[in-house]
Amino acid sequence: MKVRIKFKKYGVMKFIGHLDIMRYFQKAMRRADIDIAYSEGFSPHQIMSFAAPLGVGIISQGEYLDIEVHSSKSSRESVDALNATMVEGVEVVSFKQLDDHAKTAMAIVAAADYNMYYKDGYEVPLTVDELHVKRKEFYELPTEILITKKTKKSEKIMDLKQLVYGFQVKEQDGKPYFYLKVCTGSTDNVKPELVLEAFYEFLGLTYEPMAFQIERIDVYAKDESSGQFISLDAMGEEITA
Amino acid sequence: MTPLALSDEILMTIDKPARYIGNELNMVKKDPDEVAIRYVMCFPDVYEIGMSHLGIQILYDMFNRREDVYCERVYSPWPDLHKIMKEQDIPLFSLETQRPVKEADFLGITIQYEMCYTNILQILDLSQIALYAKDRAEDDPIVIGGGPCTYNPEPIADFFDLFYIGEGEISYDALFDLYKECKAEGISKKEFLYRASQIPGIYVPSLYDVTYHADGTIASMKPNREGVPEKVKKQIVMDLATAPYPEKPLVPFIKATQDRVVLEIQRGCIRGCRFCQAGMIYRPNREKDIEVLKDYAYKMLKSTGHEEISLSSLSSSDYSHLEELVNFLIDNFKDKGVNISLPSLRIDAFSLDVMSKVQDIRKSSLTFAPEAGSQRLRNVINKGLTEDVILEGAGMAFEGGWQKVKLYFMLGLPTETEEDMRAIAELANKIAVRYYEIPKDQRNGKCQITISTSFFVPKPFTPFQWARMYDKDSYLARAKVVNDAVKEQLNRKSIKYNWHEADVTVLEGILARGDRRLAPALVRIYEKGGIFDAWTEFFDNSRWIEAFAECGIDTDFYTMRERPLDEIFPWDFIDDGVSKEFLKREWQTAREEKTTPNCRMKCSGCGGMQYKGGVCYEGKN
Repeated sequence: MKVRIKFKKYGVMKFIGHLDIMRYFQKAMRRADIDIAYSEGFSPHQIMSFAAPLGVGIISQGEYLDIEVHSSKSSRESVDALNATMVEGVEVVSFKQLDDHAKTAMAIVAAADYNMYYKDGYEVPLTVDELHVKRKEFYELPTEILITKKTKKSEKIMDLKQLVYGFQVKEQDGKPYFYLKVCTGSTDNVKPELVLEAFYEFLGLTYEPMAFQIERIDVYAKDESSGQFISLDAMGEEITA
Repeated sequence: MTPLALSDEILMTIDKPARYIGNELNMVKKDPDEVAIRYVMCFPDVYEIGMSHLGIQILYDMFNRREDVYCERVYSPWPDLHKIMKEQDIPLFSLETQRPVKEADFLGITIQYEMCYTNILQILDLSQIALYAKDRAEDDPIVIGGGPCTYNPEPIADFFDLFYIGEGEISYDALFDLYKECKAEGISKKEFLYRASQIPGIYVPSLYDVTYHADGTIASMKPNREGVPEKVKKQIVMDLATAPYPEKPLVPFIKATQDRVVLEIQRGCIRGCRFCQAGMIYRPNREKDIEVLKDYAYKMLKSTGHEEISLSSLSSSDYSHLEELVNFLIDNFKDKGVNISLPSLRIDAFSLDVMSKVQDIRKSSLTFAPEAGSQRLRNVINKGLTEDVILEGAGMAFEGGWQKVKLYFMLGLPTETEEDMRAIAELANKIAVRYYEIPKDQRNGKCQITISTSFFVPKPFTPFQWARMYDKDSYLARAKVVNDAVKEQLNRKSIKYNWHEADVTVLEGILARGDRRLAPALVRIYEKGGIFDAWTEFFDNSRWIEAFAECGIDTDFYTMRERPLDEIFPWDFIDDGVSKEFLKREWQTAREEKTTPNCRMKCSGCGGMQYKGGVCYEGKN
C-alpha cells in the first residue's frame, strides 16, 4: 500500500541537504519499524520518493515523501513511532494512505508556497506601504515579466507572469515579508529567490541572498478538472487501527 | 535549540555545513553549566573520518554515562572554514553546546596516525590555546592525548599536559574523580598533573627530563620529581563482555567513512606479524562473548537504523565463534535489507560461502595481504601465509565465479633483496595462471589482479623497531623493480600495479620513532601553513624539508640508522606489557628467517600473560 508522509524541517536542520535527508528518512523507517517495501535485485532499496527537493538553508512546514509499505499501523501510531526517533528540527505531521493507483508526489507536484523573511541585522529597504505599491507595478500591471535564468550550461528566458501564481507583501511585527506561490516541478521550476531577485532589480536594488530566511509553507498538485491547486496532504486518507 | 557558533552567512558559504552543527541522532544533550566536568573529545581530522572512529564512540558513551561529566566532540575544521575562523578570530567550538573548546575542563585528542600531528596544532591554535603546554594558562583545558601514536608520544609530548597509555575504559574514572577533588580543594594545575601521574597509564611529559649523548641518542629519561613512576604501564580491558559499549552510537547526517554499525568482536591479535604495531601493543588477544555480540547487533541496528553491519577486529578469521556469529547475522538481518559487510577474512571454503551470500560475486574482489612476495621474506616478517594457501584460496574463488583479486605488499622490509621484490610480480602471475587453468567456457573473460605496495615504516614496540629505513629514491627504485617485473610476466595484461608516494613514508618514519627535539619543527610546519598533511591535496613535502632544515634536525638520524640493541628509545619509559627481551628475540629470529608460532599454537613468552586473561589463559580456567 502507498503512504504519504508530511514533515516539517526547521532550525539547524536547514543545513542538511536533500540527499542527506533522504538517507536520514531511510534510517528512520528502520528505527520506527515501518514495514516499508524494498525493491528487487541484489542490493534492494526502500521504495521511497520525495516530492520536491528543498534547498540548503530553507526551512519548511510542508515537506512530503511517498513510501510503499506491506502493512501499516494506524496513522496516529505511525506518526508517533517516527517522531519518537526524530532529531530536533524534523517533525512528522501526517502519515496517510494513498489510493493504490495514485501517482507519486514527485510526479504530480505543480506549485509551492513560500514566505521570505528579512533576517535580523539586514536592512529593509522600503516600507510595507511602498512595497505594496511597487509589487503591483512589478507583478500585476505588466502582461509579461521576462527574466533570464542562468544555469551552469545554458541561459533560458522565462516569463514569471505565467509561472508565479501569487506574490504578496505581508507584515509581521512591523516588518514586511513576502509570500510567493510559484511553479514547482521538473519542467518549469521557479525558485522563490529568483522572483525576489527580479523584484529587487525592478526596484533598482541589489538582491542579497543572505538577507532572507526562506520558508516553504506547502506543496501542491494541480487538479486537472478544476484547475485548482490541492495540498499534497489533502490527497490521502487517515489510516485507522 | 542550541544557537550555532557559526553564522548563517558562514555556514552557507562553506562546504558541508553539516560538519559543524551537531544535532546528530543519539547526540547526548546535557546542561553544560550543571556538570562538574566538561570534556571535549577530538579526532584531529575532518568530520567524516572522525565520526567513523569506534574508540571515540565508546568513550563518548562511557563518559556521558557519568552524570557529572559532559563529553562533547570536535573535529578539524576543513581548510575553507579554517581560513574564515583565522580571519574572523572565531574560537573553535564543540558540536554539542557550540561553545568554545577553551572553556572545557579537558580537551582529549585521539592520535591515530603521524600525519595528523599538524592538525593537532591546528586544533590548539583555533581553540586559542597555547601550542606548548608550558605556555598555557591555569584555566586552559587540560590537553590529553590517547590512541596508537601515544606508544611513542615524544615528538608531540611538549604540546600535551598528559597522555593516557592504553585503552580508555580503565583509568578515566580515577582521573575524573581526581580532577573534581583538586578543583574542590583549589589545587593548581601543576599539582593536579603530579597527582595524575600516580594513576596507572597516565604519563605527564613535563615530569620527565631527557638527556642526550653527543651522538644524538638518548642518555637517560628520568622523572624530575619524587614519586613519579619511572615506567608508565599500558592499561587494557580484560573483561570485554562487561566493558561499556555504545548501544546508541551517533548517526551522522552526511555520509561518514563508516556509515554502518560496527561490532567489535575482539581486541588484539594472535598472529605476531613482526612489522605490525597493533599486533603487539594490543596484546593479549581478547575475544568478546558471542551472546553479548548478538545482543549488541540487535540493539545497535535498532537504535541507529543503519542498513549495514560490519565486524571489527585485527584478524576476524581468528575469532573462535566467527562462523556462528556470521550465520546469526545473515539469518536474522539479511531479509530485513541489512547488508553484512565482512572485514578481510582469510580466504577459505567458509569465507567464500559467506561472501557468496552477502556480496555480488561479479563486482566484489578477493583480498590477500601476503605483505611480502617471497616465502623467505614472509618468514622474516612472520606472516604465516604461504603461496600454496594463496593459490588454493584464489583457485577456489575462481571456480566459484570471482575474477578480481587485490594483493597488498610492503616494500623496504628488513633484509629485502631484488629477488623478493620480483617475487611480488611472479606471485601475481601465478594467481593469473591459476585463473586461466579454468576452461574458457567456464570462466568469465579476463581476471583482474591488482597489486598495491606501500613502503614499510618501522614502529615502536615491534620486533622491527631497531630496523633502518631508506631514502625516497631507494623506495621508488624498489617500486620500479616490481613494475619492471610485472611487465615481464606472461599475464601482464591481467595485472595492474599501484604504489604509494615515498615522501610521506620518510616523514612517518621520522615521527614514528622521533623524540622531543622534533616539536619545534612541527610548530614551524604548521606556521608555514601545514594542515591536513594526511591528505595528498594539502600535503606539501617542501614545508617539512624546510622546517627540519631550519630547526637543524638531521632526519637521517631517525630513519637511516639501524639501532644498536642497547640504545635507549624515546618510548622505553612505556611498559606495553610485551618485554623488550621478547622483541629482541623476535628481531634475531627474523634475521634467521625463522617463524614464530601464533599465540594459540604455542606461547612464546612475550610477557602479555601478566594481564592474566585473554588468549594466554584460553582453556586454562
